[in-house]
Amino acid sequence: MAQGDPVIPDFGEASSCVEENRLFCTDWVRDNWGDVLQPALTQHIKLTVIAVVVGFAISFAAALVAHRYRLFERPFGLLSALIYTIPSIALFQLLVPITGLGVLTVEIALVGYTLLILFRNILEGLRSSPPDVLEAARGMGLTRRQTLWRVELPLALPAIVAGLRVATVSTIALATIAALVIPEGLGRPIFIALRDYFKTEIIAGGALAILLALVVDALFVLAQRALTPWAYARRTA
Amino acid sequence: MRDRRQAVEIVFDHATKHYPGRPVPAVDDLSFSIPAGEVCVIVGPSGGGKTTAMKLVNRLVELTSGDITVGGRSITQLNQTELRRGMGYVIQQVGLFPHLTVADNVATVPRLLGWGKQEISARVDELLDFVDLPARDYRTRYASQLSGGERQRVGLARALAADPPVMLMDEPFGALDPITRTRLQKELLRIQGEIRKTIIFVTHDIDEAIMLGDRIAILREGGVLAQYDTPEEILAHPADDFAARFVGADRGLKRLSLTTLAEIELDPPNGVVSPSADGEMTLRDALSLMLSEGSRSLSVTDGGEQRGVLTLDRLSELLK
Repeated sequence: MAQGDPVIPDFGEASSCVEENRLFCTDWVRDNWGDVLQPALTQHIKLTVIAVVVGFAISFAAALVAHRYRLFERPFGLLSALIYTIPSIALFQLLVPITGLGVLTVEIALVGYTLLILFRNILEGLRSSPPDVLEAARGMGLTRRQTLWRVELPLALPAIVAGLRVATVSTIALATIAALVIPEGLGRPIFIALRDYFKTEIIAGGALAILLALVVDALFVLAQRALTPWAYARRTA
Repeated sequence: MRDRRQAVEIVFDHATKHYPGRPVPAVDDLSFSIPAGEVCVIVGPSGGGKTTAMKLVNRLVELTSGDITVGGRSITQLNQTELRRGMGYVIQQVGLFPHLTVADNVATVPRLLGWGKQEISARVDELLDFVDLPARDYRTRYASQLSGGERQRVGLARALAADPPVMLMDEPFGALDPITRTRLQKELLRIQGEIRKTIIFVTHDIDEAIMLGDRIAILREGGVLAQYDTPEEILAHPADDFAARFVGADRGLKRLSLTTLAEIELDPPNGVVSPSADGEMTLRDALSLMLSEGSRSLSVTDGGEQRGVLTLDRLSELLK
């Protein structure tokens, strides 16, 4: 482009691939990455991170209480299972009149669905310490709190990470329906494309969600290896 | 080893544990004292309350009545956590922390006590070498990378880490194969020879009790003390039928196994050299050798030279 020429944004001609609505048009993805797909992906990640972090905080606290006081396990377990059984579309419908068409509604639903898996896994993890290890800890004079933080929690890590993997991947999948309530996330391009059945956009949105799930899952596996080296220790002798 | 803490005396004073809802006590009016620096083995059948009696000492089980004093102080007057950190604790399943390396396992109690980093590191190296696990090779391993015997060595090092004056050991070698068990028993005797802790050792194995104990407490069902004495006295004069049955009909042979040829007076040399044995051999093995060789006497040698003669008559005299 020569200097001084007027800068006219070039939206590009619709390619024949797009016009014919073929299965997948890479040129459309290239042209719309910055305006459509990348923002949707970023929003999707944000929705997921908030949901998992908040869900984890609630589940962790609940699991600690249930670990200490067995009585608490049933009520929280039942509540989280109940939420889990509500279909997501119905849950949005139920929440919209109360919390409106906003991020809050979406997050309440997404958080709700993480609770069952996270609570169960954290609690199972906390209970997985072998009895002889706990007895040795007591015999050596570790207090209850020290036993929790220095023994039970580290030993619960594999179960906790396993729970986080499932919860995060399922949240990534569920977050696509957030677009029913707010114009955010990878669900938005998919919903828009569904109106005129534009295949490339549907596939691109779906593929990004799947890719995101796979990458995040792999990151968790790596994190687990780093956090629990003992679980991977091989006999060296 | 730089263990300098003075061993302490432990006294059971009418110690009783009665679990609510049970018809009989688990430990019933136990009174005996363990002199500082001695190994007391508590032995008895299952359900005899051995482990309960031991756990009363570090208050893993709380007394119902009576008292136990450690170094003259009642355990009920001491803070539970402090009390436990001042006693080494070794159990059959070891209970190593699977997520920590060998070095971090051994460092557990020193860390709780707030020792300095370098002090802890030096102590860990010293202890690993002491239990025959070269620190260089073992520091960074996890429990899953150790054999059963190695795990219990680490367990022992961990219990000794903060140099506690008292060690409580609950069937520590019960899960090991016989060869490893014997090796660790000998190792414990060697260690105890150097550090002189007051040790309470629980086992159901009378042979182990005889080998390790300076004193043996035999408990019967219901946690009642049947006899408390030295191994020699228990084998020579069992207090009652229960004690006699528990030590076994071969208690004469067991007594012989407590003494070696070097420790007894022999008949003068007579020139007959076969069969022969050196002074390290126990009287029990010497008897076995005589019987299998069909001989009524045995030549005891010292560096190839005959030192004297042991006869069957002399052996039976010793048991009288």
